Amino acid sequence: MDNNFFEFLKTISVILVSMTGLILLLSKDWRLGIGALAFQYFGVFILVSISWPVEIAVVKLVAGWMSAAVLGMALVSEPNGWSEDQPYLSSSTFFRLLAAGLVLPVSITIAPTLEEWLPGIQIQQVYGGMALILLGLLNLGFKSKPIRVIIGLLTILAGFEVYYATIEFSALVTGLLAVINLGLALVGTYLLFCPIMEETD
Amino acid sequence: MILPIFYILFPGLLGLLLLTIRRWETVVTFSGTIICLILAYLVWWLPDAEYFFVGPWFVNLEDTWTILGRRFELGLNDRPAILVLYLGTAFWFGAANLARAGRNFVPVGMCMLALLAAVITVEPFLYAALFIAMAVLLSILILSRPGQPVGQGVLRYLTFQTLGTPFILLTGWILTGVEFGGADTEVYLRALLLMGMGFAFLLAVFPFHSWVPMLAEDCHPYAAAFIFLLLPVAITLFGLGFFDQFAWLRNADNSYLWMRNVGVIMTLTAGIWAAVQRHLGRILGYAALLEIGLSLIAIGLAQGELSRDFLGVLFAALLPRGMGLGVWALGLTLVWFRAGGLSFREVQGLGRETPLAAAALTLANFSMVGLPLLAGFPVRMVLLEGLSQISLLASILTLAGCAGLLIGGLRSLAVLVMGTEETGWKMTESPVQKTFLGLGIIALFILGLFPQWFLPIFANLPLMFKNLVP
Repeated sequence: MDNNFFEFLKTISVILVSMTGLILLLSKDWRLGIGALAFQYFGVFILVSISWPVEIAVVKLVAGWMSAAVLGMALVSEPNGWSEDQPYLSSSTFFRLLAAGLVLPVSITIAPTLEEWLPGIQIQQVYGGMALILLGLLNLGFKSKPIRVIIGLLTILAGFEVYYATIEFSALVTGLLAVINLGLALVGTYLLFCPIMEETD
Repeated sequence: MILPIFYILFPGLLGLLLLTIRRWETVVTFSGTIICLILAYLVWWLPDAEYFFVGPWFVNLEDTWTILGRRFELGLNDRPAILVLYLGTAFWFGAANLARAGRNFVPVGMCMLALLAAVITVEPFLYAALFIAMAVLLSILILSRPGQPVGQGVLRYLTFQTLGTPFILLTGWILTGVEFGGADTEVYLRALLLMGMGFAFLLAVFPFHSWVPMLAEDCHPYAAAFIFLLLPVAITLFGLGFFDQFAWLRNADNSYLWMRNVGVIMTLTAGIWAAVQRHLGRILGYAALLEIGLSLIAIGLAQGELSRDFLGVLFAALLPRGMGLGVWALGLTLVWFRAGGLSFREVQGLGRETPLAAAALTLANFSMVGLPLLAGFPVRMVLLEGLSQISLLASILTLAGCAGLLIGGLRSLAVLVMGTEETGWKMTESPVQKTFLGLGIIALFILGLFPQWFLPIFANLPLMFKNLVP
């Protein structure tokens, strides 16, 4: 791949994961949310492929898309699992937006330390991973519905995987992390349907 | 015969198979219990050799299973841990039907067991964090029951356990670098900070402890107690792996001191909170936290020449803990069925209708406090004696924590037997319930009165950690 184009792609992926993280935080429509999750994993794939060969990095993309598909299929049947009663232009939306605005200064502050801690990491990976972790944490803090908590966890794990890819190259770990991602999505689906399942016990 | 396949893959697949036939609850429970007992017996019976004969058949015994460049090793020193894991779970499975723990309980428990066996055997041991995370994901299936709303405790449990994994994985990477290449003080501190955060999340250390009482309040008491028993044990074994593997961590005085202090604070705060609860389930949750605190104290004392003694205490505490939590949870479950909840308001006077269940849960509570004659006493005594020789203040604070749990138990007892003069006493438990509860109560006394019969089983467990126990 042309080096300039790859550099451009890396920068775009940081913007992509930040935007998708923001959409996941603010979105009140599950279709938009699941779409953002799928795009988020494309950004994660680009960021991971900086350190890994593309054929291994693609595992992150496939596992992420499968997780998004599992959650999406569940939400088709139970859209109430996502929606909130408040309108888009509510005070809570502005508050979340303000909180998300803090991600940038925090990332700028922490980035030099992270570069020192993780040798070989590139600046795009630092900012992309940090945006995912911080926006995921905000998601966890603001949401209490099971599916939103799962999406928060998936986002945080995606951020961590960007960092971990710079230091660990094991195939087993890649596989196990993919299993955990998928497992989280399946647990999210179970928790979504659990209250409406027939009581069998 | 590759041993790790037998103890990881086989129970995992059997768990999945049992999941498909879970509608036949009795068959599944019986099968799960028998399989666990057989596997426990096999690991105890297997000879210390590379091969053996079963009648005319030659069986080659391999203790290593290699997959994707990583190894699962079930050596001779790991066998006691596997034995305890499978034997303990067999007893829990045995009473699962009585506790109506749910159709998923035994099959999912089997799969969790397979993953926890992987935690004990995986090399490099750092990958154990990923197996713990998978076990946590599976446990959601037994904690959140169909037809019931998802409790906030379950979500918080899932969140904290998942957040712990990245910290542990990063710690592993830093520590491996430190071990091979050496490093400055800052890198050591970095590793300690990450490790501390990771284990604080995983072991529910303050301020990440809130999910424990919430889970005990929201979920089926038997399922919650099963998690409180199994998960901290696996995480503690994993944590000890760090001490075993990394010499600088083992040789640093402060790491043991920190461990002891965190344990004392955890014990004290759990005891204080247990004393003021108004929900029987939450008291159980705080008792589980107190147990984790005591485990940390035992590890903190296991330094230098005392390492084998206090690691022995740590492992010996598993039996009274397992028995205490099991009997307590069974008693709670029966009270829960009768009252429809476990708050003091709901269970008031219920001990007059279910006296055996009330007695079981109260005695189990007292056992976990460490009252004389009961199962928890011998181990508590040794632990407090060892702690008092190092720090009298720490032992007094630990004792105060235990006293808090005792107050919680006395309050539970008072509420359960509270009733009007007209309310008579009657025993409404079924014969099977009476048998299980009665056996549990007797076991609590036998373990307390004759610890010498059982404690030798755990004597060899510390040998799992070759570097920790010279």
